[in-house]
Amino acid sequence: MSLASLPLTVAAPETHGFLSPTGVEIAFLLVGLVTFGAALITVTTRQLVHAALWLVVTLGGLAVEYLLLTAEFIAWVQVLIYVGSVVVLLLFGLMLTKAPIGRSPDADSGNRWAALTVAVASAAALVWVVVDAFRTTWIDLDGPAAGSTEATGASLFQNWVLPFEALSVLLLAALVGAIVLSRKAKAESASPPVNSRAVSGGSPSVPDSRNHPIRRKEPVTGTRATTGSGSTTGTGSTPGTASTPGTASTTSAGTAPGAGSATGAESAAGAKPATAAESAEQEGAR
Amino acid sequence: MTTTTLAVLVPLLPFLGAAAGLLLGRTAPGFVRPLAVLPTLAALVLAAIVAVRQGGAEAVNAATELTPTGSIPIELALHIDGFAALVAVLVGLVASCVQIYSTGYLRDDPRYPSYAALVSLFTSAMLLVVYSGDLMVLLVGWEVMGICSYFLVGHYWETPEARAASIKAFLVTKLGDVPFLIGLFALATDAGSFRITKVLGAVASGGLDHPTLIALLLLAGVAGKSAQFPLHTWLPDAMAGPTPVSALIHAATMVAAGVYFVARLLPVFEASQAAMVVLAVMAAVTMTGSALAALAQDDIKRVLAYSTIGQLGYMTGALAVGDRGAAVFHLLSHGAFKALLFLAAGVIIHAAGTNSLAAMSRMGHLRDRVPDAYWTMTVALLALAAIPPFSGFFSKESVLGAAEHVATGHTEHAPGAAGWVVLVAGLLTALLTAAYATRLWLLAFRGQGAEAPDHGREPLTMTVVLWVLAVPSLAVGGLAYRVLPDWFDGRDLTPTLTTSVVGTGVALVGGIVTYAAWRHTTALAARVPLGAVAAHPEGDAALVEAEAIASHEPAYGDIAYAPDPADPGRLLLGPLHRHAAVGFHLDAVYSALFVRPVQAGAALVRFLDREVVETYVRGAGATPRALGWAVRRAQTGNVQTYVSALLAGTVVLVVAAVLVATGA
Amino acid sequence: MHLAYPAVLSALLFCTGLYGVLARRNAILVLMSVELMLNAVNLNLVAFDVWLSRTAEETLHSGQALTLFTIAIAAAEIGIGLAIVLAVYRNRGTSDIDRLRDTAEGHEPDGPDSDGDATAAEKAEATA
Repeated sequence: MSLASLPLTVAAPETHGFLSPTGVEIAFLLVGLVTFGAALITVTTRQLVHAALWLVVTLGGLAVEYLLLTAEFIAWVQVLIYVGSVVVLLLFGLMLTKAPIGRSPDADSGNRWAALTVAVASAAALVWVVVDAFRTTWIDLDGPAAGSTEATGASLFQNWVLPFEALSVLLLAALVGAIVLSRKAKAESASPPVNSRAVSGGSPSVPDSRNHPIRRKEPVTGTRATTGSGSTTGTGSTPGTASTPGTASTTSAGTAPGAGSATGAESAAGAKPATAAESAEQEGAR
Repeated sequence: MTTTTLAVLVPLLPFLGAAAGLLLGRTAPGFVRPLAVLPTLAALVLAAIVAVRQGGAEAVNAATELTPTGSIPIELALHIDGFAALVAVLVGLVASCVQIYSTGYLRDDPRYPSYAALVSLFTSAMLLVVYSGDLMVLLVGWEVMGICSYFLVGHYWETPEARAASIKAFLVTKLGDVPFLIGLFALATDAGSFRITKVLGAVASGGLDHPTLIALLLLAGVAGKSAQFPLHTWLPDAMAGPTPVSALIHAATMVAAGVYFVARLLPVFEASQAAMVVLAVMAAVTMTGSALAALAQDDIKRVLAYSTIGQLGYMTGALAVGDRGAAVFHLLSHGAFKALLFLAAGVIIHAAGTNSLAAMSRMGHLRDRVPDAYWTMTVALLALAAIPPFSGFFSKESVLGAAEHVATGHTEHAPGAAGWVVLVAGLLTALLTAAYATRLWLLAFRGQGAEAPDHGREPLTMTVVLWVLAVPSLAVGGLAYRVLPDWFDGRDLTPTLTTSVVGTGVALVGGIVTYAAWRHTTALAARVPLGAVAAHPEGDAALVEAEAIASHEPAYGDIAYAPDPADPGRLLLGPLHRHAAVGFHLDAVYSALFVRPVQAGAALVRFLDREVVETYVRGAGATPRALGWAVRRAQTGNVQTYVSALLAGTVVLVVAAVLVATGA
Repeated sequence: MHLAYPAVLSALLFCTGLYGVLARRNAILVLMSVELMLNAVNLNLVAFDVWLSRTAEETLHSGQALTLFTIAIAAAEIGIGLAIVLAVYRNRGTSDIDRLRDTAEGHEPDGPDSDGDATAAEKAEATA
């Protein structure tokens, strides 16, 4: 594409008026529109997973823009890191926090209109300032690519070695930090899934506590102390099921007394059998 | 030592004793009694020496100025003439007797150290008043006496009567002290000095611009301190204090301070005829009214209190007719026999276990239990009733003689009307005095009924002083009227024949009529059983007295009155008895005139403060509260809201900055 | 090419991300919006670097280098951010930002309840 725009930019280097379309500019504009639209959908969609997918489109569009600006190395890095890993991470995050599949009515918080006002105002201010300042500024895309891998690498390892190394330390710190944060949570949640599985499998001591009249009558507020003292082996999971939200516990205890409440919570939570134990445990934590 | 040094030591020694007593009272209880008695005795001895040295000759004057005090200098000044020397001896004598008596009377009282120290402090203040030659210094002693009186009346502060009485005494005397203070300032402004000698000099040269105003203002303070009508109501209630205190402060000395003050500044009062007439009317109303009230009281100490008011009325009457020699003569003799009466009454109350005459009249052989009190009190009552040859006769006859002298127009010192008023009232009061003295004696010592309980002999300290005081009551009067004119103004104090005959006659009539009435009513006593005695008769006298005072109102329905049909006073007074018993409703009148309006005003102020002012305060508080509530609502805890506000502000600032930078 | 195109696109993307950060309820969506903002900045950096590398004689390709750094930091940020969100979710049972109102004045009706439930559940787990 840079080649295609070459004649035009060469032909009229000084006569570029405001919004004088060249081929590169048209391409940039179109891709930019797609990118912007995808970004808008990302921040407005009510389906959380879709938001992540639209984010992929946005980031991919940006990669194309980088290419159009002759920064090819950045473009590939963008695709590799953002589209490849960050979005996958985000999807995992959505999955682990049990984000609902499908439309969720409360994806936006109450201060949406304030946010919209602020965003529009800042957009107007920024666009005004930028346009006012760079109305006639022209990027000459001729000659060797400014962002080729060679140029970037040379610059990076000649002039930016020290920050580069510092950055590696930063990344290491981030890595360690993420592991610490995650591992602490995992250490706490290491034992309960075993117990909860045992409970849902039907431990002989548990049905007494699970079918306890108090709990059947008051599933929502089912007292943790009662069930905890009543059960000997399943203390880890029975308190959890006792505090499950009203609907899940009511259905499990009321309509299907024999069924394990952990599985009831599972079915209410959604179709993720692979993380059934974990989600049940997290449901319990709620 | 010079006379001046001795005179300085006289008030100083009891003061040091009081300070040491207050300091050592807790740590060294063994020193309390010597510290109470010895300085007072020493002061008595020194006062006697001073009196002998002064000897009625030229007044001793000494002054030192501590520090310049502006236009009118205040000096530590002594002015000791015959009046001051003799009154100081009286104060020292009574104070010594009372201190000795108190060691027995408050034998087991835990608050004795502070009590004794206060009595010493009072003695010191009284001696300061007596010796002072400067009105400001005199005022210091005057106010210290008021404070001591307040504390000592409230000695039994566990009882509500004592608390109320101490506050009442303090407030009423202060009510008089405020005009007194203003009068002193006015006097000093007119005379240009606080020194008594200079004031008297200014009066003599006619330098006083507002004599009537000054005299009336000073009279208010004198009426408060000396319990003259209409500010006398605190004195009967002050009997809620211990009996020795009543004897010292409320009979012999402090209440005489007003009389003494007028005697010192008599030329100031003589400068105003109106003030002399007012003084005479005040004296007349006081003495007759109080004598009537005394006839109706049931509490033995209240009888004596009203009697004190009446005798003070005699003194002010003597002053009203311009004879201060007679006034101070009566002050001296009255101080002796009234202190004796009170101290003997304390013994009787201890022995009988009650302060009610109605209860005593139903006890047989009370006089056998307390023979010392019986005999000394008889002497003192005869002196009070002015029966010759007891001292009261001579002093009272000198007053009546002076009044007759003025009334018949032999002198220009005082208006003739004042003389007539004082003379008539004095004779009427002599009748009534003899009546209530007889009633007191008959009811206390001639009771019939159950045998009085025997609590053993009274402490020696309490009985010896009775005899000590009985001596001047018995004998001094006859000698004094010949000697005293040398000490005083030189005016003759010899009783005149007319007033002596008339006065003694009415006194005899009063006594005989009362005796007849008593014979008539005493048969009723057996029919109406009445009386209550203290719960702890084996305790010391102070405890018995406190219990007697506290139980009087529950037992008889009133603090001053008992529903006793056997009371001769009831027969004598007839329908007047009911009113006389409560002091002719003066307390009720004051309550209606002053207390209730003040309370209503206080209620109004309270309402204004609570409902009106408070509303503004609440409003002032509520507005910031509402604002704070509104601001608090912004703290939602939602980070996104915060960031929104932050960014909105940033946008506004950036746009403004850009606009300013570009000059738009 | 006009510099205005990438600059305006960058501004718009930035404000879109801003809207997302301010308006989204789910913490992970907020993280996505943060990514959008970072990318907008990246675009800006690249565009200006390209412009400057033509106009100026000697540049250090600082724009592109900084872009790479930003991408790396963004990767680190998303890792840490997700770990935090997951930890919060485990403790609180929610990743909704407007339920995390511990700093609010007074007590919101839902805040302390869910809080108490979560801590109680934690205790129960700890005893297990």
